[in-house]
Amino acid sequence: MGRTADRRIREVESQAVTPRTAQQAAPGIFRARRSLYLQYLVEPFVYLSPAIVLIGVVMLIPLIIGISYSFQAIDLLRPFNTGWIGFANYLALWSDRKFWIALENTFTWTFWSITFQFLLGLGLALLLNTQFHGKKLFQALVFLPWAVPTFLSALTWAWLFNPVIGPLPHWLAALGILSEPYNILGDPALAMWGPIVANIWFGVPFFAITLLAALQSIPSELYEAAEIDGATSWQCFTKITLPFLAPMIAITVMLRTIWIANFADLIFVMTGGGPANSTHIVSSYIFTTAFRKLDFGYASAVAVALLLLLLVYAVVLLWLRKKLVRI
Amino acid sequence: MARIELKGVAKRYGSVEVLRDIDLEIGDGEFIVLVGPSGCGKSTLLRMIAGLEPISGGDFFIDGTRMNDARPRERDIAMVFQSYALYPHMDVARNMGFSMEIRRRPPAERTSRVKQAAETLGLSALTERLPRALSGGQRQRVAMGRAIVRDPRAFLFDEPLSNLDAALRVEMRLEIARLHKRLGATMVYVTHDQVEALTLADRIVVLDGGDIQQIGTPLTLYERPANKFVACFIGSPTMNVVPATGRDRTLSLKNGAQIALPQSAGLERAAELGIRPEHIDLVAPEDADLTGTVDLVEHLGSDTNVYVSIGDVGMLMVRRRGNAPIRSGERIFLRLQRENTHVFASDGSALAHASAEAA
Amino acid sequence: MARNRSHPVATAGKYVALALYLAFALLPLYWLLKIAVTPDRLIFTDGVELWPSALTADNFRSVLFKTDFLAYFGNSLFVSLGTAAATTLIAAGAGYAFSRFTFAGKRIIIAVMLVTQMFPLLMIIAPIYRIVANFGMLNSLTSLIAVYTAFNIPFATFLMQSFFDGIPKDLEEAAMMDGCTRFQALRKVIFPLTLPGLGATLGFVFTAAWSELLFALMLISKNDAMTFPVGLLTFVSKFSVDWGQMMAAGVLALIPSCLFFVFIQRYLVQGLTSGAVKG
Repeated sequence: MGRTADRRIREVESQAVTPRTAQQAAPGIFRARRSLYLQYLVEPFVYLSPAIVLIGVVMLIPLIIGISYSFQAIDLLRPFNTGWIGFANYLALWSDRKFWIALENTFTWTFWSITFQFLLGLGLALLLNTQFHGKKLFQALVFLPWAVPTFLSALTWAWLFNPVIGPLPHWLAALGILSEPYNILGDPALAMWGPIVANIWFGVPFFAITLLAALQSIPSELYEAAEIDGATSWQCFTKITLPFLAPMIAITVMLRTIWIANFADLIFVMTGGGPANSTHIVSSYIFTTAFRKLDFGYASAVAVALLLLLLVYAVVLLWLRKKLVRI
Repeated sequence: MARIELKGVAKRYGSVEVLRDIDLEIGDGEFIVLVGPSGCGKSTLLRMIAGLEPISGGDFFIDGTRMNDARPRERDIAMVFQSYALYPHMDVARNMGFSMEIRRRPPAERTSRVKQAAETLGLSALTERLPRALSGGQRQRVAMGRAIVRDPRAFLFDEPLSNLDAALRVEMRLEIARLHKRLGATMVYVTHDQVEALTLADRIVVLDGGDIQQIGTPLTLYERPANKFVACFIGSPTMNVVPATGRDRTLSLKNGAQIALPQSAGLERAAELGIRPEHIDLVAPEDADLTGTVDLVEHLGSDTNVYVSIGDVGMLMVRRRGNAPIRSGERIFLRLQRENTHVFASDGSALAHASAEAA
Repeated sequence: MARNRSHPVATAGKYVALALYLAFALLPLYWLLKIAVTPDRLIFTDGVELWPSALTADNFRSVLFKTDFLAYFGNSLFVSLGTAAATTLIAAGAGYAFSRFTFAGKRIIIAVMLVTQMFPLLMIIAPIYRIVANFGMLNSLTSLIAVYTAFNIPFATFLMQSFFDGIPKDLEEAAMMDGCTRFQALRKVIFPLTLPGLGATLGFVFTAAWSELLFALMLISKNDAMTFPVGLLTFVSKFSVDWGQMMAAGVLALIPSCLFFVFIQRYLVQGLTSGAVKG
């Protein structure tokens, strides 16, 4: 490079002497300048404000209004009979048998859905964490239910349970589980299992994906070390895999429980809460009360009750976690 | 080019004070190196000059204009990052011309300046490559090219060589020195590597714990460190420091050895004696200050490092030119060069220097 | 466990398990497709046969040309694309702020966003209905977009944040040194590098908006403003015997979701672990 390069740099320089844009522009910019510190304070909110405004207007304000509705009589079918009524909605709720059934159903629905989703999801994640032919395609296909729109999952399963066009009742009857191929969605004793099965189908991929990510983050040296120490694969599973997955499992199950308890789409589409209110969970009850009866005051009271229950659940869980983590 | 002044500049994060009362004047065309251990605030100081961190207190001037609140783009300063920070989605030419693109310079001017800078840095063949197709040294060059193309008022370097392997580091160091000579630009360079500091700097600023420990030319820092921190930080291998007490013109070491210094006053406050490995001579037994046993010898070819254990005094390192025929286990007689002996008070500050007296 | 040398019985068991999972996952979708391509006259005679004895495209033809499904499809596409675009844009801003700034109130805002993911959304269905009605916006697709956008912002924000976190801060600082304002740096340097993340977010939000039912049921009652889920449900309750057509419509509803699913599949793990909230 040596001398020629030397000269070129000088050329670069001599060209550059004339256009000193930044310097010329500088004084004008400086006059209107805020302090850098102020800028640092304000700038993040420039990027955040659309999100904050939208969440505030569409979610938080309606949330507060919703809570206030629960103390009012707002029934669109009786427009002249509105006003503040204190705790009347909650008193009605206390003696509403449908609400208590829905509450019980919420537990059944959430418990069985989450249990099967988790166990099947864990099994699938463990399988996907091994090597086999066609794994990529397999993974894409078993995760597919997660992408199916919920209303469509609901309809599809409702049809599968329908003895006219669906195979399930016939197969169940053939296995001797049902005495004859009838629609279990019409049987108050069994109807709840329809949406639960659909929910399991829809939710397994979620658990599998989450747990698979966690599984893949376990360092493989651990297994190699355990193997050298002579551990069986069952021991590997209980001593390495499960302890490593535990935090992920805890947080996922906790969040998922709340989500499933709120998840009314499947039930609303598959059974509409029937037969004879036997499949209403609290959130589908809220929706039917608001949507079919247009009784917004009462629906809001039910919603507040559900919110309180979920809050209690979250607090208990956080408390438990604190207890367990300390050990 | 530009003069940069910092007057009483400070940086706080909440109640944590990272930099205190920094006074620094950087002359037009000067090459200033900020050194210090990690966490000393040197990078923060550089980023404040760049405008990437707001200044919490004090005043900051470029060419006499107060620039505390100027955005980076208003300061007209270029910076070379440790990670190079090349734009991964732009080819080399566009990376280098990006600042002119932003300033809406005519494309023809852009192309010619980029071409010239690329030739200077030996990048002409690579201008159409993406950064990910470049080697570490090439990326480093592109990062520098990006700075040169702009012809800024000053260059900032944030540990630019620390991601390169040893051989490349030396090469690029030379390249930077050459660049400074040619451009005559004001440059501020951050590093934790004292060799880079000593070889590149007009003046070095040693930082520790958010304070400036000393500012001076490389030789000043080497010969007259202001305190024990600077003394130990500058110079490799590092200075030997052993406990000592002083009276009149004599220092006594732990094993009772007496060392007379041509120093007039202040030795009463002495707490430690410092001597660089290259300032200890091997002498005949009758001239020796200290006698010790050789513990370990490192032959580096050009030098020989000898670790000598001396009773209560501890371990001293002695450096000999060339390949000295010394073996471990040998008894050895040492004499400290009086004019190169440093004396530190208990707070670490250097007492008036022996050679300063002589001068 | 992945690396234990396999016993033949264990291997066989594994493949049986894989087959069962596959059957469970695909049977409903297969059945949907099967009835959709079975000619009407054969639906009952074929019964539980796994394979239809004849194939037809009649159902698809009549769904597309004799019903309003094409209109529903268009409405849904409009709402979902609108929601996806608006959400991604707004969430990109918010995610960028979370990723790059420390500021007063950050923790509170994050906490509020997390809480919005927890409380029963149905809780606000009544207030939203009345607010929308007061503005005369019932049966308007725009109001649906606004509502869906707000619902999806928190999750999308966390997703975008994780993508921004993966881009070194040095890059935009270098751009600012090169003369960019922060916004220019975002637009010219950060944005092009976030494109895959933006794509994934678009996909997630699109899928979510495409399948939303309950709020659409509440806010939309006019036939020409119905989204696909509302339309299909209305169709089911009116013509509950026209199985072939219903299932053909279902298959059509599945297509956009599946397309997006294929597209976002490789972001699934990243997305769900960063958000870990949303279904």
